[in-house]
Amino acid sequence: MAMVEIRDVRKWYEGGFEALKGVTLDIEEGEILALLGPNGAGKTTLISAICGITRPSAGEIRVGGHDVVSDYRRARALVGLVPQEINLEPFTKVADSVRFSRGLFGKPHDPAAIERILRKLSLWDKRDSKTMELSGGMKRRVLIAKALAHDPRVLFLDEPTAGVDVELRRDMWRIVEELKADGVTIILTTHYIEEAEAIADRVGVINKGEILLVEEKAGLMARMGQKELRIDLVTPVETLPEALAAHELELERDGRVLVYRYETGSGRSGIGRLMGEIAAAGLQVSDVHTAQDSLEDIFVNLVAGQDHSDMEGRAA
Amino acid sequence: MNFHAILAIYRSEMARFFRTLLQSFISPVISTSLYFVVFGAAIGSRIDEVEGVSYGAFIVPGLIMLSVMTQALSNASFAIYFPKFIGTIYELLSAPMNFLEIVLGYVGAAATKALFIGVVILGTSSFFVDLSIQHPLAMILFMVLTCISFSLFGFIIGIWAKNFEQLQLVPLLVVTPLVFLGGSFYSISMLPPVWQTITLFNPVVYLISGFRWSFFGAADVPVGLSLLAIAGFTALCLAVIWWIFRTGWRIRS
Repeated sequence: MAMVEIRDVRKWYEGGFEALKGVTLDIEEGEILALLGPNGAGKTTLISAICGITRPSAGEIRVGGHDVVSDYRRARALVGLVPQEINLEPFTKVADSVRFSRGLFGKPHDPAAIERILRKLSLWDKRDSKTMELSGGMKRRVLIAKALAHDPRVLFLDEPTAGVDVELRRDMWRIVEELKADGVTIILTTHYIEEAEAIADRVGVINKGEILLVEEKAGLMARMGQKELRIDLVTPVETLPEALAAHELELERDGRVLVYRYETGSGRSGIGRLMGEIAAAGLQVSDVHTAQDSLEDIFVNLVAGQDHSDMEGRAA
Repeated sequence: MNFHAILAIYRSEMARFFRTLLQSFISPVISTSLYFVVFGAAIGSRIDEVEGVSYGAFIVPGLIMLSVMTQALSNASFAIYFPKFIGTIYELLSAPMNFLEIVLGYVGAAATKALFIGVVILGTSSFFVDLSIQHPLAMILFMVLTCISFSLFGFIIGIWAKNFEQLQLVPLLVVTPLVFLGGSFYSISMLPPVWQTITLFNPVVYLISGFRWSFFGAADVPVGLSLLAIAGFTALCLAVIWWIFRTGWRIRS
């Protein structure tokens, strides 16, 4: 049984706008799922529906086997949420704020637990500071501490590193890795592809309220990623020799570089044959190097592909 | 029942109250003193007695009710509006709590604060007039029920309000006039017959009348009717709040 089961969840608002269009998704226990999508894709709406902030118009969501509507107490007790916006009571002290969150989730006051969480997030020294006195990065940490106050088994991080500096972002990734090691299931929405590349086990792409794909990150990159072989020539060429036409090479930098693209998941790259034919054609190679598509390229291609399909559909 | 959650909200709200304790304490003391100077000394010197009670003592229940109602209303409305305004309401909505637990936390704290103000005013009044309370238990009951019912009403206003202007609108334009016209500083028997009839449509009349009865044993309307009115108002507010959480009106999209 998946830790989070989402079945054909739809959300529409008065006026007809459909924010979620039948989302179905399973999130396994202990994994980190990165949900990528442009602004307005439905990421926050989906998280809100799971956490109880928004009511789904149709469909079913279960957390730990508990329905989020009919058995909301058990379902919500398992979930922690770090919202996108920095929403904090400005006059409350850090420790009191975390204690408040713990209480809301039905847990008794436990100074040792609060200390453990605050230390984990490097907030212990700030425990008596009012949240309004903290920097933006520290406030983000407080939000995470509050979400962890009741020891949730599922943690939603809605754009947790938006607007934070690189150092803090890497610090956040470390925290996420530690939580994963504790067995916490983590769902992360982000604009930063490098974030998904760095920490996710699986990647989901959502756009216009639809899940376009959910796949193992490594597998996704291997399956969909193209690799590029760039071959530097000793002597530039004006045109490609006829013998190399089958490889669909491109000439760059005034004929000094041959560019060969191939699918990494296809098993046979054709590089060996290409190099042999280049040598047979009398071209001298000075250097070779390869580059792979990033997750960002894959994401952009997917979203652009859906937009193109929508336009074609409307035109038809 | 999620008692820890109720306590967490209650503690958090009371912490805000204690942060401004001096202001919470001094403000009602000063305003009560001013009321006694203006109504008790200036106007009261021209009115011997009302229903066998000195005018200074007669206005005490009305003064307490005026402050208790407005304080309960403003405390509860602000308490739930503020998380909406700053966005922390997501915590409440995603917590394993039902509407009753949320209401108990917020309304309980707002009612406690209003009760504190009521007691402060009662204490301040005793410095200005000789007070005797004929039915102390009934007095406590009326004060507590008024604190709770107006805190519930304030909670509804806090959810309804979309901005700070709306938050002030109902207390200023509806509640304060109703309290002033509800017999806070006079007996409705002092009004011409037509106005007596019109006044009976003011729900606050029943609350002040019942409260005054607990002090002096005299009331403008039967005390049973007062109790019925306050119970009905409380039930109505609870029903509205239940509907709000059931439908998610203005709190959950």
